[in-house]
Amino acid sequence: MTEAETIARWISPGSRVLDLGCGDGKLLRHLWLTRQAPGYGVEIDDAKAIACIHNDVNVLQLDLEDGLAAFADSSFDYVILSETLQAIHRQEPLMKEMLRVGREAIVSFPNFGYWKARIQIALAGHMPVSKELPYQWYDTPNVHHCTLVDFEALCDKLGFKVLERLVLTDAQPVFLLPNLFGSLAVYRVSA
Amino acid sequence: MIVTPQKARFTEPLRLTSGAVLPEFEIAYETYGELNAARSNAVLICHALNASHHVAGTYANDPDNVGWWDNMVGPGKPLDTDRFFVIGNNYIGSCFGSTGPTSPNPATGKPWGADFPVVTVEDWVAAQARLADHLGIERFAAVMGGSLGAMQALQWALSYPARVRNSIVIAATPRLSAQNIAFNEVARQAIMTDPDFHGGHYYEKGVVPVRGLRIARMIGHITYLSDDAMMEKFGRVLRRVTPGFDFNIDFEIESYLRHQGDKFSTYFDANTYLRITKALDYYDPAADFGGDLSKSFARAQADFLVISFTSDWRFSSARSREIVRALLDNRRVVSYLENDAPQGHDAFLMDDPRYFAALRAYFGNIAL
Repeated sequence: MTEAETIARWISPGSRVLDLGCGDGKLLRHLWLTRQAPGYGVEIDDAKAIACIHNDVNVLQLDLEDGLAAFADSSFDYVILSETLQAIHRQEPLMKEMLRVGREAIVSFPNFGYWKARIQIALAGHMPVSKELPYQWYDTPNVHHCTLVDFEALCDKLGFKVLERLVLTDAQPVFLLPNLFGSLAVYRVSA
Repeated sequence: MIVTPQKARFTEPLRLTSGAVLPEFEIAYETYGELNAARSNAVLICHALNASHHVAGTYANDPDNVGWWDNMVGPGKPLDTDRFFVIGNNYIGSCFGSTGPTSPNPATGKPWGADFPVVTVEDWVAAQARLADHLGIERFAAVMGGSLGAMQALQWALSYPARVRNSIVIAATPRLSAQNIAFNEVARQAIMTDPDFHGGHYYEKGVVPVRGLRIARMIGHITYLSDDAMMEKFGRVLRRVTPGFDFNIDFEIESYLRHQGDKFSTYFDANTYLRITKALDYYDPAADFGGDLSKSFARAQADFLVISFTSDWRFSSARSREIVRALLDNRRVVSYLENDAPQGHDAFLMDDPRYFAALRAYFGNIAL
């Protein structure tokens, strides 16, 4: 099961979706085609924003670090942050903004507690470089990595409820020791 | 692409926002490409302050006179005239062929001059709707413009919601700021205090308020360029070997502004300049909605593409974001691009590859 399939299953048909860091708009396109869910993407990168227009996906070229001032309170059913959390400088204000604008937030991120990452640090003694984390430490858009435990602690601190969680490795759900064996975490949370 | 300017004449009076009535009027226009059988591929281009209906191509008898948006519009260009039927039009009150202050007043047979009424963006759009009727176009695939042209593209979606499928709004503002109005007022004062202005009745005196027009254009030009672009282009380069310690031209930028002012004053009409800047000042689609832009956009039915340039300080990206916010509040289909081309407000006329790629992709998705 892919992340996109997971998210599509979670959202109800016809719901309004905002996808933060939407890339070329593939997920929004998928949600439109499978769930008839209209939405908007936010993307800062020029080439990706143009790709969205090419893919006939509504895109707004805005900087997430500036917050979500363009969006009214409770104007979306779901606000999605797909594999972008680790590239944000200030997670806390953005998470709060997501749940101001949306009824629920869907957040996915590469799990830094995944065993392959742990081994690279613990045994090889260097920052992890892998399929999920393809960047060298000195040349990466990622600034704040976290694990499942870290993310759930942040939700606790912000008073957010975790409604659902799916942990994946190679598109397979992981149920045993997910913080160790899961490479990608997908959460659905509410205020 | 060789094009021929045309004129359409409208004899039914046009009631203007001010309450004045234009008993009859003409609109100068050009078309590029072919209207398809379903009449579904028409795109209206609206121009900004000093441009005209000559959007693209050249004239058979004037091959150097290239349209002002020729890089954007034509066969194989982002707005592809092999696919779309594109219309350039000159708004009323202008001085390039449509009825304006230099046209004869039917009541007197003499040029309207100072008696030509003040027109608004809404009036321009109403006149353009007559042109659309004349050309047999019920619904535009898109209405598109930059700057003041963008205000018209926006207003089309508000005045005639059912007649616009896509509104393409570039380098726009939903309404002028106090600073924008201030620059316009300085330009108008420059013209109106020119001794050759004669209260707007300068045609019959056989003079032109050249000094006022020059200064108006110089002020305008400063606001069209970014500080960086101006520094990049002119820097502090001197036109003479050493400073003259007098008031002749020292710096390259002085020479450039004087040249732009001189050129402008040979072809642009002062009465038109006053009216266009007033149309800009007055434009405020939220005025009838208690200042609430979101309420004002509630009647729009079009899809929108909004593009701003981060180096534009005349109509900054923040102003375009106000438009986007109001469209989002109404759940319109909208995309918004913030382009970091360095030129300032004038960037909308330049061929930045990302800007052009975005428009090419957008037009490519408009079904005909």
